[in-house]
Amino acid sequence: MLTNLLDFIPELPIADAAKTFTEWMTDAFSFLFDPINKHFGDFMEFVADDLLMSIPPVIFILLVALLAFFVSGKKFGLAIFSIIGLWLIDNQGHWEDLMSTVTLVLIASLLSVIIGVPIGILMSKNKVANAVISPILDFMQTMPAFVYLIPAVAFFGIGMVPGVFASLIFATPPTVRFTNLGIRQVSKELVEAADAFGSTGRQKLFKVELPMAKTTIMAGINQTVMLALSMVVIASMIGAPGLGREVLSALQRAQVGSGFVAGIGIVILAIIIDRITQTINKKHD
Amino acid sequence: MPIIEVNQLTKVFGKNPKQAISMLNKGYAKEAILKETGSTVGVNRASFSVEPGEIFVIMGLSGSGKSTLVRLINRLIEPTAGSILIDGEDLSKMDKKSLLKVRREKLSMVFQKFGLFPHRTVLENAEFGLEIQNVSKEERRKQAIKALELVGLGDYVHQKPGQLSGGMQQRVGLARALANDPKILLMDEAFSALDPLIRKEMQDELLDLQSTMQKTILFITHDLDEALRLGDRIALMKDGAIVQIGTPEEILVNPANEYVEKFVEDVDRSKVLTAQQIMKRAETITLEKHGPRVALERMRESGTSIVFVIDNHRNLVGYVTADDASAARKKENTNLRDIIKTDVPSVEKDTTLNEIFSIIYDSPVPVAVIENGKLMGVIVRGAVIAALAGDREENK
Repeated sequence: MLTNLLDFIPELPIADAAKTFTEWMTDAFSFLFDPINKHFGDFMEFVADDLLMSIPPVIFILLVALLAFFVSGKKFGLAIFSIIGLWLIDNQGHWEDLMSTVTLVLIASLLSVIIGVPIGILMSKNKVANAVISPILDFMQTMPAFVYLIPAVAFFGIGMVPGVFASLIFATPPTVRFTNLGIRQVSKELVEAADAFGSTGRQKLFKVELPMAKTTIMAGINQTVMLALSMVVIASMIGAPGLGREVLSALQRAQVGSGFVAGIGIVILAIIIDRITQTINKKHD
Repeated sequence: MPIIEVNQLTKVFGKNPKQAISMLNKGYAKEAILKETGSTVGVNRASFSVEPGEIFVIMGLSGSGKSTLVRLINRLIEPTAGSILIDGEDLSKMDKKSLLKVRREKLSMVFQKFGLFPHRTVLENAEFGLEIQNVSKEERRKQAIKALELVGLGDYVHQKPGQLSGGMQQRVGLARALANDPKILLMDEAFSALDPLIRKEMQDELLDLQSTMQKTILFITHDLDEALRLGDRIALMKDGAIVQIGTPEEILVNPANEYVEKFVEDVDRSKVLTAQQIMKRAETITLEKHGPRVALERMRESGTSIVFVIDNHRNLVGYVTADDASAARKKENTNLRDIIKTDVPSVEKDTTLNEIFSIIYDSPVPVAVIENGKLMGVIVRGAVIAALAGDREENK
């Protein structure tokens, strides 16, 4: 009886619907996706292969060390770690992979911030937007990241561009959430003060709310960068080059040693990026 | 013409403002309206007007709607009904652009917790009002520094507000409000977050500034002492409605209802009542025409043991005691000048009660109250005690 009850409604064609929707998107927006794929793909290849690779590793390592030295308030710890860590990656012959990964992470993070901050502002100002976007963000963050690879491939084929696309979906929510939170947390009296002196909405946003929310927004951006980095291995499954691809191929061939080496590379990169973005944030406290 | 004129201003928080207003007009109480409609009456048909240059204090306990009322006046909170006329223009019907203009040019606000921007320096805080009006950098610097010097913070322009004490932070708040030279200052519990000594200092300073600036000040407070010190007139609020409007004296002496009376009971009367309010008519004789006999006669009539001596122009000369007068009469000496004592304890008529204590405590004779040297009246010990006990009949 109970089984009959459950069987009463036939299986809903959700999978088919998702498939149809994706196919429709692919067709309908191919005029958009194809040029993005081509030009953006070219651009990223240019950044990774020509621009970053044209910098000699020694110079690159020194530049990162200098940056680390100055943002951490002229302390040597992070700078020394950067030098040793990056040298180690070069020493293991993964410099080119590192540059691809850096490109992927930086561009995905940059796009996440460019898209995420304005959406966060919109959510903080507009109740309806907040109610609509919040569950979408939950969805984006809880859906297993692998799933994004499928439409990414459908839209953009394989390579770096679908990797960035998947990272973007996975990594944008923290920036949106923290921007929203940061602006909502600005004390009521400060908002009133801005209003009482006759600020326009834009003046209030740029002169009071964003500066006050800066620390929180930066914490969100730090999360976004970390999530983008964590997508590196997953994105390599659809052909994104970099350290992730090394990890993946080591996994497929059960090569513990080279898998470990590439994995350490990702960890080193993660630590450097995390500490640099965090100390930038602390300096403004 | 009044600079601020508020008419039947009402704010209802909640979903059913129309129903709530019609119930208000039928005379239902706040609680009944909350029960019936689920809406809270924040401000209930408040009407008052403020003259240019006046310090108008709105006072009430927390929850009485005074902070809502001040926010209705610059429309930080949108009014549900009623009108707000500033310089004859109705703010409640203004479009956004004109509202911004009024906020920028005519109204400035000072906040309870200062409302300073922690990411900006003291100077940048003070120039905020001018900055959003797109005043040139040089000009707004100049005006901000002028305002900061006015409140005594000329040396702190490059500090961040977090580095200053509470009192100094509120000076920055005041300077920020003064920098764009508004006609009206809205001060929402501006000194309530400060400790008592600093609060008093700031009150004095505000009065000082006001004597030269002649702004119109709307001052919100829950502290009656503060209201009495600052206010030219005071409006008392309860449950969103204004219960009484009057000068400090009117409110103290003639509380409109039990609520006001209760409020007034708690006042530290010694800081409010002045010599003039507790003095009695003095028994006097005139130096030029009276002698010891008249002096004794007056004392007998009034049942006192001394009598004050004045000249033809009511200037206080001294006093004569009963002992000296009767001794003089026995010696047939008719000249008052020989027995007059000139070391009269005296106070000006606006001396407050707490300053009179020590004088009257040390003095064997009643204290004379004078104005420009002329005798106005006399204070006996009993009157001081009666005034402190709050017996209003005695005060008259």
